[in-house]
Amino acid sequence: MTDFVKNAAGRLIPTHINGKEVVPFQGVGKFRPSGRKYAPLIKSVADYPDDGDKRVPSLKDALIKAGLKDGMTISTHHHFRNGDIIANQIFDIAAEMGVKDLVWYPSASFPCQEHLIQYLESGVIHHIEGSMNGPLGRFASQGKMKGQGVLRSHGGRYQAVQDGDVHIDIAVIASPCADPFGNANGLYGDAACGLLGFALVDSEYADQVVVVTDNMIPFPCIPWQIQGNNVDITVEVEKVGIPEKIVSGTTKVTKSPDRLLIAEMTAQFCDQAGLIKDGFSFQAGAGGTSLSIGIYFGEIMRKRGIKARFARGGSNQYLVEMFEEGLVEHILDGQTFDLEGVRSMRENPAHVNTSPFTSYNYHGKGNFASIIDIAILGATEVDLNFNANVVTHSDGYLLHGIGGWQNCLFGKTVILPIPLFRDRIPVIVDEVTTLCGPGELIDVIVTERGIAINPRRKDLIEKLKDSDLPIKTIEELQQEAEEICGKPKTPDFEEQVIAAIKWVDGTVIDVVRKVKE
Amino acid sequence: MNEVCAGNKGPKIKSDCHVTFQKTQSGGISIRLKSKVAAMFGEQIENITRATLQKLGVEHAELTIEDTGALDWMIAARVEAAVKQAGDIQEEFWPEFKTYSQYSTSRDRDRLSRLYLPGNNPKMMLNAGIHYPHGVILDLEDAVAPAKKHEARFMVRNALRSVNFYGAERMVRINQGDMGIEDLAYVVPHNVHLILVPKVEDPNYLRRLDEEVKRIQAYHKIDNPIYYMPIIESALGVERAFEIASACENTVALAIGLEDYTADIGVKRTNTAEESLYARMRLVNAAKAAGIQPIDSVFSDVGDMQALFENVRKSKQLGFEGMGCIHPRQIKVIHQGFAPEPAELEKSMKIVDAAQKAEAQGLGVVSIGTKMIDPPVVKRHTKQIDRAIRMGVLEENWQELLND
Repeated sequence: MTDFVKNAAGRLIPTHINGKEVVPFQGVGKFRPSGRKYAPLIKSVADYPDDGDKRVPSLKDALIKAGLKDGMTISTHHHFRNGDIIANQIFDIAAEMGVKDLVWYPSASFPCQEHLIQYLESGVIHHIEGSMNGPLGRFASQGKMKGQGVLRSHGGRYQAVQDGDVHIDIAVIASPCADPFGNANGLYGDAACGLLGFALVDSEYADQVVVVTDNMIPFPCIPWQIQGNNVDITVEVEKVGIPEKIVSGTTKVTKSPDRLLIAEMTAQFCDQAGLIKDGFSFQAGAGGTSLSIGIYFGEIMRKRGIKARFARGGSNQYLVEMFEEGLVEHILDGQTFDLEGVRSMRENPAHVNTSPFTSYNYHGKGNFASIIDIAILGATEVDLNFNANVVTHSDGYLLHGIGGWQNCLFGKTVILPIPLFRDRIPVIVDEVTTLCGPGELIDVIVTERGIAINPRRKDLIEKLKDSDLPIKTIEELQQEAEEICGKPKTPDFEEQVIAAIKWVDGTVIDVVRKVKE
Repeated sequence: MNEVCAGNKGPKIKSDCHVTFQKTQSGGISIRLKSKVAAMFGEQIENITRATLQKLGVEHAELTIEDTGALDWMIAARVEAAVKQAGDIQEEFWPEFKTYSQYSTSRDRDRLSRLYLPGNNPKMMLNAGIHYPHGVILDLEDAVAPAKKHEARFMVRNALRSVNFYGAERMVRINQGDMGIEDLAYVVPHNVHLILVPKVEDPNYLRRLDEEVKRIQAYHKIDNPIYYMPIIESALGVERAFEIASACENTVALAIGLEDYTADIGVKRTNTAEESLYARMRLVNAAKAAGIQPIDSVFSDVGDMQALFENVRKSKQLGFEGMGCIHPRQIKVIHQGFAPEPAELEKSMKIVDAAQKAEAQGLGVVSIGTKMIDPPVVKRHTKQIDRAIRMGVLEENWQELLND
């Protein structure tokens, strides 16, 4: 029998996940680990070819050479988003070799990886430690995965490897451009995706590091976002990804009048709160609403002659436009969303590729997430204490990953622009189905029917007290939504824990249970 | 007994439902529900369905509801529409009349923007009010496919009772001819503020409509007046504009529909609109002569806000006092376009200020410097000041500020 304990957020969590003891969430900034970081194996140049050519003929040869066997942890990355080919191939090969009980440690999963459900069913993959989107999430929520899932933020993924919570046996880094020595970047080639930051920690700590590319160039591959000195094996394949699914030719601003209204209200709120000032910084995603907020910011900045010191992206054509116009002095890019973003990063040294180490790792000597003035994020649910959920829907099913969301909560002002209800489902609930972010870190909810400021942010309430914006309490917003939609019933769960939600420090903030069907 | 259905389904449909209905001889009510929100709202969906059926007197039936997040009043409308296709039933199921649906309007209110909402598309109605148009039009006419005309009536009726339009004037565009007269029974009892009457060519049609409205009002003991906005959409209509404008006491505005008008006179509609200049000027004149508001046609390029703005400015210059819109993003641009320009406003402030001072001093004549100001001019500028205050472009205490 597993024991359960209540963590500091009041959530009942098991003491063990996948048979390993876990630390319950202790509150924001409370858990202080001790000791030294986890260390990779010591290797010797004597074991690598003097000419620097670490190539093997195929991905299968690479996995055999890396010693693929039962129970290993295999990591991959989501730089190619829904255009990734390699993760599926790895497990095709493992299945063919009769390997089983693998742990997949992706930096994120995408719908294209629905392909892997067969291996979760057959036992090739024991469980996933990473985001479980769409079909994978539904599969897990139905209690069908052999082990328990573990969801971490991008920063939490770095932290877990650095602290030794997760040991990676084989890291496979699919790269748009590489040399036979293993230097690699995301800037050139058919699969150009901008940067390879999510693979940094894997390249530093995994026992075996494999770089796979369809664009092998002679040494040196510059810039070396991934350093060949960390790489054991290189492979050239015909194709690493499907370009049109990796980056879109163009990212699109939303055309939905309701979302545009929310975006406009968000920008007005930031302006009236005095957050848009010379030298400020903001984080903006590539979702339709976030893109529009960036554009509204741009209008305000132009009018006032204000410049942002930096923007955290998700870079895309609109952010690049503002950057090249001089409205934004630096782009600190975590993930490049379109070809304009890739071009800009290639051409301009002030468009910087970042990794979860520089941006998000909580067990480091600071990170820049907390330096950002305005962080714009989403959520599937927010409760009356401003706690938010990003991984499950109100019907209880696991459907999204955490991404950088938890990490960005440390921004100075965190704003969630979200519709008050989506197809009858109210976004404000009595208590979130799954707790991903504590309410003390979430400052403002902007909906089409009103803006709620967290009562903890007395400064913002004071600044906006004479505003013409519809400032309401979160309770009023909830009531308004329920007047329109009705009050939803909460889902029924079984006892079985199907996944753990880690906080940025590696503690368990909540768990997801099997949905009663 | 044949299976009948109502509503919308398909990959792009959201916040709506599709109901398949079959009457049976025995076995009570059986409901098969397919819904993404079943875990949260399954019980509520079943309850509203049963309540609707009970009111309509249906005791035995099989229903399949394919739901994409429809609200109770939408589900009730779909169920009722399906049931009424299967047989002639006089009973109606009226959802709760929300208190926020019961505000009133006034004859002289601003009608600068009015947002068209297809009568059979409930999702678009839900958030229309948050964009603060001066009016919302639940459209039973051109925006509804011929086969969906009847089911749209239930949706529009239920929307009038259930949706919060946040203070917008509640308008319905009825169909043409006899069908339009039939439409009235579905909207008059539910606090419709204004009825848009399409393709009017005959003032007698308005008189007939007015009689029917008054008959229904009397039956339901409704006192609030219901206003009319006839739409002129043909050469003949233009020729009879004044007769139409002055046919009924409750006609408060006269609109022009340029798509049909240009088709009627056999020319192409352009952004610069020279082809309809005569019609528009004639319509403005007829409306002003009848003492009502002249309202311009919609601008159909929803992507070009600059062209819309210029169009509005031209419209204002001709004397129009409002324009239709087909996308919520047009609302703000239309309001800005019709708003008094700073120079105009300054002149209005001076004139109104002088008029009030003259009145306070008991002077019969208003003058600024050596220029005499006629009473109608004062009236026009007073109206302009009032509108500027309502639109937030002028402070209420403008006079204090002016004289400071």
